[in-house]
Amino acid sequence: MTAANALKTPEPTSTFDVDRYRADFPILANVHPHGKPLVYLDNGASSQMPQQVIDRLVRYQTHEHANIHRGVHTLSETATNAYEHARRQIQHFLNAKEDREIIFTSNVTDSINLVAHGFGRAFVSEGDEIIITHLEHHANIVPWQMLCEERGAKLKVAPIDDSGALILEAYEKLFSPRTKFVSVTHVSNALGTINPVKEMIDIAHRHGVPIMVDGAQAVQHMPVDVQALDCDFYAFTGHKIFGPTGIGVLYGKAEWLEKMKPFRGGGDMILSVTFEKTTYNAIPFKFEAGTPPIAQAIALGEAVEYVRRIGLERIAAHEHDLLVYATDRLRAMDGVRIYGTAPHKAAVISFYVNDIHPHDVGTLLNEEGVAVRTGHHCAQPVMRRFGIPATARASFAFYNKLEEVDVLVEAIRKVQKLFA
Amino acid sequence: MTDSKQLYQEVILDHNRKPRNYGKLPDATHRSEGLNPLCGDHIRLDLKVAGDVIESVAFEGQSCAICKASASMMTANVKGKSVADAERLVGEFRGMATGTLDVAKDANHLGRLTVFAGVKDLPSRVKCAILPWHTLHAAVQSQAVVSTEGDNDPVAQSA
Ligand SMILES: Cc1ncc(COP(=O)(O)O)c(C=O)c1O
Repeated sequence: MTAANALKTPEPTSTFDVDRYRADFPILANVHPHGKPLVYLDNGASSQMPQQVIDRLVRYQTHEHANIHRGVHTLSETATNAYEHARRQIQHFLNAKEDREIIFTSNVTDSINLVAHGFGRAFVSEGDEIIITHLEHHANIVPWQMLCEERGAKLKVAPIDDSGALILEAYEKLFSPRTKFVSVTHVSNALGTINPVKEMIDIAHRHGVPIMVDGAQAVQHMPVDVQALDCDFYAFTGHKIFGPTGIGVLYGKAEWLEKMKPFRGGGDMILSVTFEKTTYNAIPFKFEAGTPPIAQAIALGEAVEYVRRIGLERIAAHEHDLLVYATDRLRAMDGVRIYGTAPHKAAVISFYVNDIHPHDVGTLLNEEGVAVRTGHHCAQPVMRRFGIPATARASFAFYNKLEEVDVLVEAIRKVQKLFA
Repeated sequence: MTDSKQLYQEVILDHNRKPRNYGKLPDATHRSEGLNPLCGDHIRLDLKVAGDVIESVAFEGQSCAICKASASMMTANVKGKSVADAERLVGEFRGMATGTLDVAKDANHLGRLTVFAGVKDLPSRVKCAILPWHTLHAAVQSQAVVSTEGDNDPVAQSA
């Protein structure tokens, strides 16, 4: 196993003041499952929302709400300005070149479907090939499968090794003159593997192929700069980065977005409509048909600002401490197996306790106040690769503490005792 | 709310550790597979029905403790019973697990199976307990494969 060598022993003297940030998250203090303090380790499924973001939602609904881009009255202008301000906040967060390269969607699934339709219908035809990896969430498999079926194209899958790391040479070998598109996850939600996306993007571009990155599990954990990466598309989802549900983001290079077909038709995405012909609006509006999730977009803008204020480098360092400490403690336990031991990992630990089904583990951990996800994590091909139907998964956020790892370990011990 | 540790009682843990009637029946007359795609629970059930009586029954598969113990206790319970009695038990078990049958008040034939009454307070685990029963129902109806999802969702059906 490579992880032990790659992960350095933690310095418990981290300068990160977790308690200060925890105080921003009312739910962490408000909820007591079975009378125990909540130990929320299901951030990979959805993260919690700080008071600053909740306040922004409330302020919008109490002072600023109207429909956008269509009214001449004060409220409509206020709402439009707030919505467009949020777009610029996301632009700066990802370091996109222009604000029109940021499209608001309803979640990352929607962002990927937008590209599968918009790019796929414009550029993919029979016999063409699309590359993904073995690490993908179903959201980055199914839309491409549907496109391939519709177009008679072929889906190719880059393999991973036994640690859950992508095999870069095998990925490069998949490219052929028929390769039209690549879509890869930045961080695996099931195993925590951080993909070498910069290298993957460079390889795709050497073959003249555009590439999309699913950043659903990345943007809340590490700095992301889409210009430095030079990816053609990058997507993430609001509810995993301390924002609300119902909002997602698609970054796309303007040159691609302009050439792509619209995804949905309707209001706001048009310039003029007659029964004979419709002229589409400019980007990003071409891809934002209908009234968007205005409040959610504005709150997401606040959420990324919140994260930026703390600093993603500092967040990454604290989460690395959590990962190293939790990995060491779990490895030291008899009967606990960790799935996903790649040298580069985010703070996500998928594990199995003896031969106890993860659902039993999850139900019993909840008894101790510990919230983990159990199941296949919408990544069945990854589970199959390791020959297991499911795992329990602890996924951390910057507001988790080393002490919470201790609670997890004690709770696992109780499960083992019960099943002994 | 039921303490889930109450659900993980000694009886259930014991049946999970040492499942009864585990394996296959070479001379099965009815066979069915139950799948819970959400958690990957998967059991296969073999029945040998002679006339109207379930003469023997066996199951195997991969599942959580709740599902395995439920299957084990079910097989012990329905062996030697008539198909009609087994079907009645399926209905009662489903009622207990989904909360439409109160084992303390309503007449029933569940006996020791009432150790599963607590699942009604754990909505995410109801399907685990019901899957074997659902599979038994399918087997006597001669359905080859059943799923806990979609049209067959036991929770939706009883809602
Ligand atoms: C890597 C990855 N991609 C896509 C998704 C889908 O996110 P959403 O359901 O918000 O569209 C998730 C979330 O589970 C994920 O972890």
